[in-house]
Amino acid sequence: MATVAATKPRATAASATSRRQGTFSRIVGKVLFWALVVFILIYTVFPFLWAVLAAIKPNADIAATPTRYLPSEVFWGNLEYVLENGDFLRALRNSVIVSLTTVVLALVFGSFCAYAMGRMKFRGKTITLYLILSMTMFPAIAILGSLFQMIRATNLYNTIPALVFTYMTFTLPFTVWVLANFFRAMPGELEESALVDGSTPFQAFYKILLPLALPGLVTTGLLGFIAAWNEFLFSLTFTNTSFSARTVQPAIASFSGRSQYDEPWGAIMAASVIVTVPLVALVLIFQRKILGGLTAGAVKG
Amino acid sequence: MSQQAVPAPLSQPTVQPGKISEVPRSSWAKARERLAWLLVAPSILIVAVVALYPLAQSVRLSFTNAGLTTSCIEDRGGFGNARAGCEREYVGFANYEFLLANDQFITAFWNTVRFTVSSVAIETVLGMIVALIINSQFKARGLLRTAILIPWAIPTVVSSRLWAYMFNDAYGVVNDLLVNRLPQLVDWIPLVGDNLAGVFPEQKIAFLARPEWQMPTAIAVDVWKTTPFMALLLLAGLQIIPGDIYEASTVDGASKWQQFWQMTLPMLRPALLVALIFRTLDAFRVFDVIFVMFGNASKTLTMAIFAQQTLVNGDRLGRTSAASVLIFLCIGLLVLVYTRLVKLEEA
Repeated sequence: MATVAATKPRATAASATSRRQGTFSRIVGKVLFWALVVFILIYTVFPFLWAVLAAIKPNADIAATPTRYLPSEVFWGNLEYVLENGDFLRALRNSVIVSLTTVVLALVFGSFCAYAMGRMKFRGKTITLYLILSMTMFPAIAILGSLFQMIRATNLYNTIPALVFTYMTFTLPFTVWVLANFFRAMPGELEESALVDGSTPFQAFYKILLPLALPGLVTTGLLGFIAAWNEFLFSLTFTNTSFSARTVQPAIASFSGRSQYDEPWGAIMAASVIVTVPLVALVLIFQRKILGGLTAGAVKG
Repeated sequence: MSQQAVPAPLSQPTVQPGKISEVPRSSWAKARERLAWLLVAPSILIVAVVALYPLAQSVRLSFTNAGLTTSCIEDRGGFGNARAGCEREYVGFANYEFLLANDQFITAFWNTVRFTVSSVAIETVLGMIVALIINSQFKARGLLRTAILIPWAIPTVVSSRLWAYMFNDAYGVVNDLLVNRLPQLVDWIPLVGDNLAGVFPEQKIAFLARPEWQMPTAIAVDVWKTTPFMALLLLAGLQIIPGDIYEASTVDGASKWQQFWQMTLPMLRPALLVALIFRTLDAFRVFDVIFVMFGNASKTLTMAIFAQQTLVNGDRLGRTSAASVLIFLCIGLLVLVYTRLVKLEEA
């Protein structure tokens, strides 16, 4: 009894001080938390904003010391220069062709394969699965030399098909992997009822399952498009000596002035913004689909 | 041919009643298996042509003195000149011996290791912080999740050039912030402001030109670009942890800090391992982010840049293939170590 009576007030006193400390540390915690949120926002968004600002700054503002943050006037000269530059426009066109063709081919062949992997039983399925999975982690550099040799042997050097062909190494396995998970998650009844109604498995596939898989197709298509659009190593290496098939990434990488210390930053940033804005817009519009696809492709991988 | 095809439908009536249903089913299953293979075949064919064959070819070529434009490259003393008309032949492990004794390649290996370890470590810590913040309930949560997608969406080439502009020693915004703006800003903070302001450099730093700053700069750019991916993977892991275990432990008096180390981190381990595997493999084959900023400068030369340059500028297909195979082996070793770790987790 005595011990209980003795400990009780001590306990309440302790909890009172801890409550006082609690509110103080909670305020500090809140301030730190929001400071961190603001910092992350600035850290992630500021560089892109900086590129946009540089694209519309007069050249004098870009190289001004001390750094000038806001443009003294809106200057369209660099954007105009880039959009009138034949090499850049050709690169832009090449990138669109290469990325779209790659995505369409990967989706067609990938959805076939994913349908079989996700909904059918067949001998050799496990080994196919492992093959595809190992391909998603494949380092492109490991096959750079032999791909280059194949491209030269087939006279595809400096051509668009060379890029479409090699871009399959990273778009196709990824497409198969994500879509197979998608098909597997679908209810089986729909397909079965179609089969009972007398349609062939292939009809059941493209009339019933494919439309249902549309969200998955959009997601993988977008991710594949972004990957192809951003690809650099293959494009740089396989279109090394000509602008005819060069895509935007090596074009931007090699955009340079008279010397290393005289980079035309205004034009480079203008070109960068033109190449990036559609991508950022796509990502922001489809962010839910992309978030789902990214984690499906990775976490389950 | 026709005789072989006919028996199946003919034999149907003679089968015992109990098995009748299985006959069409098994032929249907057979047709389905055939269809499955038909559907899988194009993808397998493509993968075989664009990845498996080239990989086998890389291994084979790594034992030859093959050149890219000429049939072979013959070493004559130090540098070695391309000699047209010589025979391509197997040279055993000569390419590997050359690489493993080559200072540049060894430097490239250690640069790659340094880059991978530093950038993955920093990304993991930052990604964890970002994921924990996005996973907690607050108003601007959606905005933050959208914002971190921006660095992820920006092409690596663009991000490299953009940061090269921002890191410029004369008019770059990073130097302006470090030398001029942030010390002023920090000065306003009561009590510790003066001390904090002293942390910042007094003079602008030539991040791109000074060799000792090149690797840290490359790592910083990579961290900016890839932390979002890390954060998203960890966020997916965080979201499947049930919330009620935290309530229980809060009642028991555990602090947030204890909760993180004793509950969140152990439960996040599978997701963390997967994220680490992805990022480590990705960082180990780094090419774009460094090549765009520094080309083949020795302080930032990585194995992938070494291999690409040996091919494009050196014309040496055999030696490039050997370097490629070594990169592939390193990555294979990493995968092995990580899958061991995953298995240990499961056991």
